[in-house]
Amino acid sequence: MSTSSETGTPVAARGTRLSLTRASLGRPGAPVIEGVDLDITPGEILTVVGPSGCGKSTLLRTLAGLLPALAGTITQDGRPLAGPGADRALVFQEDALLPWRTLRANVELPLAIKGSSRTERRAQASAWLARVGLADRERQLPHRVSGGQRQRVQLARALAGAPRAVLMDEPFGALDAQTRAGMQDLLVEVLHGTGATVVFVTHDVDEALFLGDRVALLGSGHPADDGGPGSPGRLLAVREVPRPRDRSALDDPARLTLRREVLTSLST
Amino acid sequence: MTRYLVRAASLAAALTAWQLLTSLNIDLWLRFSQFPTVADVARAFGDRLGGHDYWTDLTDSLTRILTGFLLAAVLGVATGVLVARSRLAEDLLGPLVEVLRPIPAIALVPVAILLFPSNEQGIVFITCAAAFFPVLVSTRHAVRALVPVWEEAVRTMGGGRWRILGSVVLPGALPGIFGGLSVGIGVSWICVISAEMISGQYGVGYRTWQDYTVVDYPGVFVGMVTIGVLGWVTSTAVERVGRWLTRWLPRTEYVAGARLRSAPAPVPSVPEPVREEGVRDEHLV
Repeated sequence: MSTSSETGTPVAARGTRLSLTRASLGRPGAPVIEGVDLDITPGEILTVVGPSGCGKSTLLRTLAGLLPALAGTITQDGRPLAGPGADRALVFQEDALLPWRTLRANVELPLAIKGSSRTERRAQASAWLARVGLADRERQLPHRVSGGQRQRVQLARALAGAPRAVLMDEPFGALDAQTRAGMQDLLVEVLHGTGATVVFVTHDVDEALFLGDRVALLGSGHPADDGGPGSPGRLLAVREVPRPRDRSALDDPARLTLRREVLTSLST
Repeated sequence: MTRYLVRAASLAAALTAWQLLTSLNIDLWLRFSQFPTVADVARAFGDRLGGHDYWTDLTDSLTRILTGFLLAAVLGVATGVLVARSRLAEDLLGPLVEVLRPIPAIALVPVAILLFPSNEQGIVFITCAAAFFPVLVSTRHAVRALVPVWEEAVRTMGGGRWRILGSVVLPGALPGIFGGLSVGIGVSWICVISAEMISGQYGVGYRTWQDYTVVDYPGVFVGMVTIGVLGWVTSTAVERVGRWLTRWLPRTEYVAGARLRSAPAPVPSVPEPVREEGVRDEHLV
């Protein structure tokens, strides 16, 4: 590595504030989640949990600008949210790397879109890959590395563009438990110092409690498996997660109470 | 190595059979007595190779097919992408394409004669029309089959329409596009020969037909062999370029029909060796 991670790692802009007011989200004629009032503060990590089909991904894709709101308002730092933009990076659950690009070329992509010079984006991409522990793999193609490594590259790619918000859609959902725990630690470590606002969707309660500063609980009105379309989901509650962030603090009483509440809300 | 021997033996057997059937003047139901022998054809081939006309024919045909095919590749890919990505383009061009597509390119000879001032341009037009539709159709399919998450990823990085076209649509559709180009080069070769037979001056097809009309049967066979070899060379070239441009595709190590025992040095699969891909780190497109 010729570039040090100090020079290669950009100091990301401060986090951004994302606010939803009485928002209905989904596709026209088929709202997936309704009446969402949620204020995501700059620099926080908000985890979102809920049963499948309650609109977690829809919420994230709307914040990313891929879907317009059906009703209500969504603002970013007080201004109405426009379409997708480089200031809000989205990390997908599925493999979203371009398979014909090497890992480094994938991480370079957001920098190329921003118009960075070739040497600049090479140095930055290498530095980000080194930060997620893939320095020796940068010239490999995505299908040559493991699923966990591909998700690390996605994370590096998201952060390389110095976004003000990182939106993560069950990014570790397809990984085994051990890899997942490692990825959670890595995420916390890598996010440190970027100041970016993080919205992290997961169906894993412990992941939500470990990563989140706050946890948003989503619920569906009634289940959709009775044949008919389920009624739209809604935001049940937002809870502060007791700190410090520590795996061994799982038996902390406040945390246990919260965990029980989250689990109860998921099962109804 | 043995495979090459088998291939050579197969070819040799076919030539021997041909030579025997013709030199012995076998006349059963099929009549080989009028057929030129391999030796006749080889002699005629030798004479032609020494002459000037053969090479003029060769370069003329190659120029026509390359011009027509390259035009078809560019137009076919552009139209295919347009139709797949834009509803307006689909509505405007879709019906036209569907009506024109079933017309065999060689049936366009009258159109070519009416439209173009010279035969040369007419032949290129027919060659181009032949390759255009397979390229168009496979491009359209390939673009529609792209994984949506690739495009969404680039959009959330702030990439616009042109960035998506250059970084996602074209490279992602390339494997499919090359499927169409492989078919296209085959049909355009057929059509360039046919068009030359009908209206050409010079060209392998023209020469072959000319030899037939003056009852120079060995010459006809020289033409046919030339057509076969050139067709094989052009198809292989397209295939090779396609493989090179899509070398990022994960390929199976499994070889159909290969015997496991005689397989060359087993590929170590665990642990995966850190292999440098033969890929430059610049973007492919």
